[in-house]
Amino acid sequence: MPQIFTASADTWLRAGVLLAAMGVLVTGLLWDGAIGSSYITAVGWVRDQPVPFSHKHHVGDVGIDCRYCHTTVETGPHAGFPATHTCMTCHSQLWTSAPALAPVRDSLATGTPIRWQRVARLPDYVYFNHSIHVARGVPCVTCHGRVDQMPLMMRAQPFQMRWCLDCHRDPGPHLRPPDQVTRMDWRAWDREGHADYGPHQAALLGIKPERMTDCTLCHR
Amino acid sequence: MRYLLLLALCAVLIILLVGCDEMTHQPRYQAAGPGRLFPDGKAMQAPPAGAVAQDDPARAAALDRRPAMSAALLARGRQRYDIYCSPCHDVAGTGHGAVPARGFPAPPSLHEPRLVQAPSRYFVEVITSGHGVMYSYADRVAPADRWAIAAYIRALQLRRDAPADALEATDRAKLYGAKLGGAKLDGGPP
Repeated sequence: MPQIFTASADTWLRAGVLLAAMGVLVTGLLWDGAIGSSYITAVGWVRDQPVPFSHKHHVGDVGIDCRYCHTTVETGPHAGFPATHTCMTCHSQLWTSAPALAPVRDSLATGTPIRWQRVARLPDYVYFNHSIHVARGVPCVTCHGRVDQMPLMMRAQPFQMRWCLDCHRDPGPHLRPPDQVTRMDWRAWDREGHADYGPHQAALLGIKPERMTDCTLCHR
Repeated sequence: MRYLLLLALCAVLIILLVGCDEMTHQPRYQAAGPGRLFPDGKAMQAPPAGAVAQDDPARAAALDRRPAMSAALLARGRQRYDIYCSPCHDVAGTGHGAVPARGFPAPPSLHEPRLVQAPSRYFVEVITSGHGVMYSYADRVAPADRWAIAAYIRALQLRRDAPADALEATDRAKLYGAKLGGAKLDGGPP
């Protein structure tokens, strides 16, 4: 009976197993890196928009409150895209012949909405409600970043589940006075001095962290 | 045969994996997204002509009736005023906001005699329907909030135009006792 395996078969087997293990490890590391990379999360990437709208100008320079345009952020699940009517409140008089604003004027003339490209998008299997977060004092800047410093809108946070859970497991330190939610600069917020604020606020508003990681809270 | 089965299993797995992305982008309409089903291409449809929303009577009633003055009403009015009015009218109501500073026709000061004498309903009507180059804010400011803003405008006017003597004695003492960098207070604030 002839030999089935050659003399070097053991060596090949060991090398193969080692290679496979390394392959799995490297793939895992690469995958983990890829998941967190801005290529996947889109953090810091701007998108082509029909109008190069600058939050830096409107929020940072002019000082318009977020809610001037995003009117349903306090009352509904969506913050709300402003109607063209809202843009034209000022731009019926300002920059009336600017080429960059031609799509806005066309939109008003034809009644066709501007097709903005969504920047802060959640997967369709996530239920998110703006109003409850705003009412409990999670400032806009926590999720949307310093939009007052963004000439073109970009995603500031990865919007992945682990990032959501970071706050849902321990909301206290992320809470701010609800009447200041649209404030952008919180550097003056003294973490030491307000160490008690979060827990007190959470208790006052009836926030129960033990229920805030229920699957069905967001996946309905 | 066994290899064929394995291949088929792989194909099924790949097809299932493709399905994973369908969860992220489900074939459904987004609130402000496109809707191919409708003639105007919008997912969000305006109610048909003549439709009355369930909360329409309540809104109409809120617009009709002036709420009683209260500290809460003023606080709400101040917040709404700062959001929707201050870009043009500025936080003091003098009409020197950031938007007029960039070339928008400056609105009149809320402290001019015509507007001090105007009834509160006048401000509610201007917010509702607009006035001159000012657009309507009916889509942004709820009826009850329009009255709150009108109330806060009254407070702004009073704050600027009321004589210090009209204050109660304790408040007046507080005002004159306030250290304002050595500035001498005579009459009302500037």
